[in-house]
Amino acid sequence: MSILVYAEHDSVSLKGATLNTIAAAKAIGGDIHVLVAGQGVQGAADAAAKIEGVAKVLVADNAAYAHQLAENVSALVAELGKSYSHILAPATTNGKNFLPRVAALLDVNQISEITKVVSPDTFERPIYAGNAIATVQSTDAIKVLTVRPTGFDAAAATGGSAAVEAVAVAKDAGTSKFVGEELAKSDRPELAGAKIVVSGGRGMGNGDNFKILYSLADKLGAAVGASRAAVDAGFVPNDMQVGQTGKVVAPQLYVAVGISGAIQHLAGMKDSKVIVAINKDAEAPIFSVADYGIVGDLFDIVPQLEKLI
Amino acid sequence: MKALVAVKRVVDYNVKVRVKADKTGVELANVKMALNPFDEIAVEEAVRLKEKGIVTEIIVATVGPATAQEQLRTALALGADRAILVQTDEDAQPLAIAKILKGIVDAEKPDLIILGKQAIDGDNNQTGQMLAALGGFGQGTFASIVKIEGGKAQVTREIDGGLQTVELTLPAVVTTDLRLNEPRYASLPNIMKAKKKPLDTKTPGDFGVSALTSVKTLKVEPPAERKAGIVVKTVEELVEKLKNEAKVI
Repeated sequence: MSILVYAEHDSVSLKGATLNTIAAAKAIGGDIHVLVAGQGVQGAADAAAKIEGVAKVLVADNAAYAHQLAENVSALVAELGKSYSHILAPATTNGKNFLPRVAALLDVNQISEITKVVSPDTFERPIYAGNAIATVQSTDAIKVLTVRPTGFDAAAATGGSAAVEAVAVAKDAGTSKFVGEELAKSDRPELAGAKIVVSGGRGMGNGDNFKILYSLADKLGAAVGASRAAVDAGFVPNDMQVGQTGKVVAPQLYVAVGISGAIQHLAGMKDSKVIVAINKDAEAPIFSVADYGIVGDLFDIVPQLEKLI
Repeated sequence: MKALVAVKRVVDYNVKVRVKADKTGVELANVKMALNPFDEIAVEEAVRLKEKGIVTEIIVATVGPATAQEQLRTALALGADRAILVQTDEDAQPLAIAKILKGIVDAEKPDLIILGKQAIDGDNNQTGQMLAALGGFGQGTFASIVKIEGGKAQVTREIDGGLQTVELTLPAVVTTDLRLNEPRYASLPNIMKAKKKPLDTKTPGDFGVSALTSVKTLKVEPPAERKAGIVVKTVEELVEKLKNEAKVI
């Protein structure tokens, strides 16, 4: 068996989700090749070659792949992927965007967001927003999979010395064009890979009050998230949303502040190792999943907590 | 221009789903069914484009059982003009659905195809992208803003870390995210009118699609339960527990 893993990167370095995806590839077993596609991606390719367990790195450095346009990237991956038994990508918005196109071009179904490898053709994945776990078996010749990063412990980023090979396939479908992007800039860790996450809900009252969470997060070295209720109320931007329709996180410590614990929020954080809930309503559903709960006014508790740690 | 909207009948999002005792799936008997919420947003977007005079006709399609007519009628009540039910009792998977939709696209020649980004039952998030690949179309997935101008679609997409805007040549596929719009409620007169709008019934075979699945579900289980922990009285106690018991700070 041979496995093609699509690397998620920002050209100079790899995104953490790539390492979790490689861990899933290792669980399947076989030769692991990593594809780094983009423009000016030497830094990311060098990082991929150092990952433990990677046999080869393929580099497709071309303007057509600069913004990860799905139309172009999927054509590349489908062409290279024909000779592999498995094609894997992280279940990030990028992986979710282009990989189903690859599956369709190869005339196979995709298995989305696997959280466990049972055997090379059988996988576990959450359905119904994580309210059920399905074990599914693919009968397709090529298995096309997106990998939920929180389901797999990251592979070691060092210890490997894979050969790096340039790929001269340039695919520009001409049906789409990059116009622009607005990315949130922050010195805090990325939500998806943070070891500690502090999240606020509707109980925060307004966007300005989130500053007490930023302050606590900075002391803890944490990322800051939010519930859908807080995002919909306009307190914070949507890229901070943790939940089934936002980001799925599984940090060592998740601190839910003023979050009642709607099903869709729980789906995004219930695999966290330790959950702390701070809420004035003792009946809030968040307490049913929390390891430690404290009932009271968050505006008293959060500053106290910051002082004591 | 014509717009095609693809929808799915799913368990209502307010229902707490339960896994069947024999682990073959989730309990669907006597459970309230509804239009997939992301698809409702897709219908609403098409209706708004029609109200702006950009879209002239909205066709709504689904692949599913005879009872999925209810969801097509809902879409018609929201403002779609006619409906196509591709009837099957099999639980068709995304590739087969995309092939059937490609058949509808070939017959109807829409310039814009709008789908929900995912159905809230299987959470696959594949059909729109697959349809775009089969048709050789550009795609704007997870859309939060859609503008149609000068024969192009400009789509702002929700991506990890922010927003990305792409320009697509028409025909193109758009899949909706939650913030694209807030769907309206169907008025009673519109619900009555919807009953008289045309609804065609076809079969997957009419589009040359016979194999509807290639992924077998071996079992479905409830997720591991998290047991509730303890309620602490003071912040001092919380910090002590986090440091010495959980050892996470």
